[in-house]
Amino acid sequence: MIPSSFDYTAPSSLDEALKLLHDLGDDAKILAGGHSLIPMMKLRFAEPEHLIDLNNIPGLSYLKIEGGMLKIGAMTREVETEESVEVAVHFPIFADVAKLIADPQVRNFGTLGGNLAHGDAANDQPAVMLALNASVEIAGLDGRRTVGIDDFFYGFYSTAVQEGEILTEILIPIPTGRSGNAYHKVERKVGDYATGGVAVHLELDEQGICTKAGIGLTNVNPTPLRAVRSEAALVGTSLDVDAIASAAQYASEDCNPSSDLRGDIDYKRHIIRAVTKKMINKAKQRAFKN
Amino acid sequence: MIQCKTSKEISGMGHSMKRKEDDRFIHGKGNYTDDVKLPGTLYMDIVRSPYAYAKIKNIDSSEALKIPGVLAVVTGKDLEQYNLHWMPTLMSDTQMVLPVDTVMYQAQEVAAVIATEKYIARDAREAVKVEYEVMKPVVDPFKSLDADAPILRTDKPDKKDNHIWHWEVGQKEETEKIFQEAEVTVKEQMHIPRIHVASIETCGCVASYDKVDNHLTMYMTTQAPHAIRTVFALVAGHVGLTEEKIRVISPDIGGGFGGKVPVYPGYVIAIAASFLIGKPVKWIEDRSENLQADSFARDYHITAELAGTKDGKILATRMKVLADHGYTDASANPSKFPTGMFSIGTGSYDYPNAFMEADAVYTNKPPGGVAYRCSFRVTEAVHAIERITDRFALEIGKDPAALRFQNFIKKEQFPYHSPTGWEYDSGDYEAGLKLAMKGVDYDNLRIEQAEKRKKGELMGIGLSTFTEIVGAGPSKDFDILGIKMFDSAEIRVHPTGKAIARFGTKSQGQGHETTYAQIIAEELGIPAKDIQIEEGDTDTAPYGLGTYASRSTPTAGAAAVMAARKLRDKAKKIAAYLLEVSEDDLEWEPGKFSVKGAPEKSKTIQEIIFASYTNHPQGMEAGFEATHYYDPPNLTFPSGAYICVVDIDSDTFEIKVRRFVAIDDAGHIINPMIAQGQVHGGLTQGIAPAMYEELIYDDDGNILNGTLMDYLVPTAVESPSWETGHTVTPSPHHPIGAKGIGESPTVGAPPAIANAIVDALKPYGITHLDIPITPYKIFKALKEKGVLDKNIVES
Ligand SMILES: Cc1cc2nc3c(=O)[nH]c(=O)nc-3n(C[C@H](O)[C@H](O)[C@H](O)COP(=O)(O)OP(=O)(O)OC[C@H]3O[C@@H](n4cnc5c(N)ncnc54)[C@H](O)[C@@H]3O)c2cc1C
Repeated sequence: MIPSSFDYTAPSSLDEALKLLHDLGDDAKILAGGHSLIPMMKLRFAEPEHLIDLNNIPGLSYLKIEGGMLKIGAMTREVETEESVEVAVHFPIFADVAKLIADPQVRNFGTLGGNLAHGDAANDQPAVMLALNASVEIAGLDGRRTVGIDDFFYGFYSTAVQEGEILTEILIPIPTGRSGNAYHKVERKVGDYATGGVAVHLELDEQGICTKAGIGLTNVNPTPLRAVRSEAALVGTSLDVDAIASAAQYASEDCNPSSDLRGDIDYKRHIIRAVTKKMINKAKQRAFKN
Repeated sequence: MIQCKTSKEISGMGHSMKRKEDDRFIHGKGNYTDDVKLPGTLYMDIVRSPYAYAKIKNIDSSEALKIPGVLAVVTGKDLEQYNLHWMPTLMSDTQMVLPVDTVMYQAQEVAAVIATEKYIARDAREAVKVEYEVMKPVVDPFKSLDADAPILRTDKPDKKDNHIWHWEVGQKEETEKIFQEAEVTVKEQMHIPRIHVASIETCGCVASYDKVDNHLTMYMTTQAPHAIRTVFALVAGHVGLTEEKIRVISPDIGGGFGGKVPVYPGYVIAIAASFLIGKPVKWIEDRSENLQADSFARDYHITAELAGTKDGKILATRMKVLADHGYTDASANPSKFPTGMFSIGTGSYDYPNAFMEADAVYTNKPPGGVAYRCSFRVTEAVHAIERITDRFALEIGKDPAALRFQNFIKKEQFPYHSPTGWEYDSGDYEAGLKLAMKGVDYDNLRIEQAEKRKKGELMGIGLSTFTEIVGAGPSKDFDILGIKMFDSAEIRVHPTGKAIARFGTKSQGQGHETTYAQIIAEELGIPAKDIQIEEGDTDTAPYGLGTYASRSTPTAGAAAVMAARKLRDKAKKIAAYLLEVSEDDLEWEPGKFSVKGAPEKSKTIQEIIFASYTNHPQGMEAGFEATHYYDPPNLTFPSGAYICVVDIDSDTFEIKVRRFVAIDDAGHIINPMIAQGQVHGGLTQGIAPAMYEELIYDDDGNILNGTLMDYLVPTAVESPSWETGHTVTPSPHHPIGAKGIGESPTVGAPPAIANAIVDALKPYGITHLDIPITPYKIFKALKEKGVLDKNIVES
């Protein structure tokens, strides 16, 4: 478990980092928490010649509520969203998901930006961001741009973050009315990637009718997957048993899991159906408590 | 409760004294093999085969040798020149050190790179180019004896198939007859999965050969330093490394569990490299190498059968095993039976007839067959007997606890002669199960379960009432390369009353530095804190066979008692001399001799020891030292009654172990806290194969879960809050009535969990599931039965 040799720089400003990234081209990789990148380097699946460490750059780690948005700096550690009381008011889903990501050591170091930028459908935050309808701010030498989460994931380990760019912020709209959200994944043991995971975010009107539904699925598709038919099956309903059952059924039909040691396709569809049902119920319960 | 004969100051048996070794470990001052740093050390890394079965066409080291800092690339052909390319196994089979022409399993050693730094060695490893001609491997043991299966051991000229050995024991005809006539028979095919000890510290060594003195010092992760020294001398004696020229040092060990008993090729290659280059060579495996190439455990396919009456009396069992040994039989088994203690398979139950047989075969998998935290193959036997007993209870509709009470060997029947030839020393199985049932509130749990079943909820209760067989072992049945399985203790007490004691065993976390001191404290009354314990250096410790199979307390612990008693006899003579009375007039209490009827006339043990150096009687040898080699008259038979309660999510089939009550009987307990710690660790290693661990191979012999990402070692999160307790039934033949505790939980826990899960699924008609039982496996079983989305509600 020894990586091939590489160079290392830890710039102290974002501009410096962007410049380095530009100069070094695709021989360089960004190092955030390192908990996806370094294991891959140790297995020699990734052999970057240069690492640009973002950890010394001030101002990339924060949680703030501003202009109706929850803003999360790219270098914010998983543990911070897990423990933030402010975040928990609207987004108890962050405590759900963080507890299921690896173990405390990984969460103390792994960043939210890295979790998305890694572009791995097995990571848990992507499904959560889909459910919450987040957007992502990306900086390059020519300035910043914002990308909606539905346009962010391109493919296996590939995202909208282009060569020479750095993900800087995640933006999540704060619901105004009654809302609830929840995440669960089935895993073989603590620290495992999901056999299947489901993030659900619901917004309800005063009558308890669902006005918005976001459902994201983990590790059952080459990219993180939005369960479009399931969302549609909920909006406009009172989240009755039948609506929930069809949403769960659609999710299980629309995902594209592959067969591996965690289970075959049938099993994963079964899991997605069961967990979708459970998470809609849990999000609904939370919405009614609000 | 445990009665202590000594004060807390002395801390003999029964005191929960804190572990002496923990200061060192907690402060990060443990000294492991990788901490050994010798000047001029070179580093070794190993090129491994990506294929399970292949001919080596060519090994091209040229690019690797160009890397600055690379000194050598060692291949099988190099070792062949010294006749070091093969080595013997403990089972009189042979194992490659490095292959000359054929690799037999994926991750097998192919060549070794020696470099000045470990980083360089790893880069060079990548640069060695090996050309293979891939062959179709034998992976499925059931197909290994097919007529068209390739014969794997072509190195053995007489070998015409892949069969290694056949073994059987018991009453074949009588058992056959009982099965033909019995009212009820049950049968299940079981697989006890191939698993790995996955200790935190991987294996490794520093081989340091001094060319001038022709002397080898070998620092290595071994549970049996003396036996290893003898093995090395047997392998390398012909190149001049005879036994007096070899010193094996086993520093602190980060978990052994049987995985550090074997001699791995890496050790031998490191020695060869150090021998040739004349510098220390360090080899430390990484995690994947450890998991993929080092000895596996278990891998028994068992057909288990049981015959009995309709009202629950067990009449006989029959077991047939197919053992997958990989490409050589390298089992770490010192008994004269190729299946080790598998024949304990009648368990805690009393019936006159049983028949067990086994066949072992070669496949293209790594060799091994270590006794992972158990006495050679007892875990396999216990799983089969406890599962098939539950299966029988299910068949006749009897409560599994009631069935066990009906069939237990009774307390009065000990020493009990089992139909497969063992003499159980002592036991009280009823007491254990009663205590466990009380602890878990068994009757109410069954009521709760009935309620839940009416609502379609899945809850299961599983029992395991097992008998262990530990302390190898009596010289009539046990040896390693002819060396009998005694163990040893040497006690040296200094003039000031403090002592050092050395042993032939080697702790890997069991707490010997504390428990051995407590045993000596019990016998001599010297405070345990004043007794330093040392193990693991063959130049200083007396010869012993090492630590595994829960043997340390039964053998070396007994040796400590016997050596201490020799010293107490000497002390008595000195006390009589000092007090000017006859020995018969003296009375012993821990720490001093006093004159009967005149307690004010006494001598403390410290005074006596001082006198042994300063004022000993004429004609008596000076000093206060004793050594004992203990050959146990029998094995010891600890037992346990375990009850597990599980809840299974009826949608996702996620399994939660709600409760686990473990009542152990290990005879007299030396240190209750350490014993409890051993039980906690052992139970966790019991849920491991029951719910998580299995080494999985595809049809081409590729390991599919060769890293800890997919080889699922449970953690504290998966562990329930263990509820432990014990009954005390001393071993009648052990000098302090102790039996051994370290392994019982690993042996006894898996069937309790499996039985609980199968019990939860009873309404769905499931009668057996192979471990590890995962949510996915439950899903598949229900799907196969066509009951997947049926919510079965019991009325
Ligand atoms: C044992 C273990 C178990 C794990 N289990 C889980 C799990 O269950 N669920 C889960 O979601 N994750 C899991 N992870 C992954 C963990 O959450 C990672 O921390 C996370 O995926 C990546 O975040 P990081 O900050 O560590 O990124 P790094 O590893 O530093 O980087 C990952 C990738 O993203 C790029 N990158 C990082 N930050 C940026 C940025 N700001 N801009 C542009 N590119 C960037 C890097 O160049 C690299 O390619 C696990 C990790 C380990 C070691």
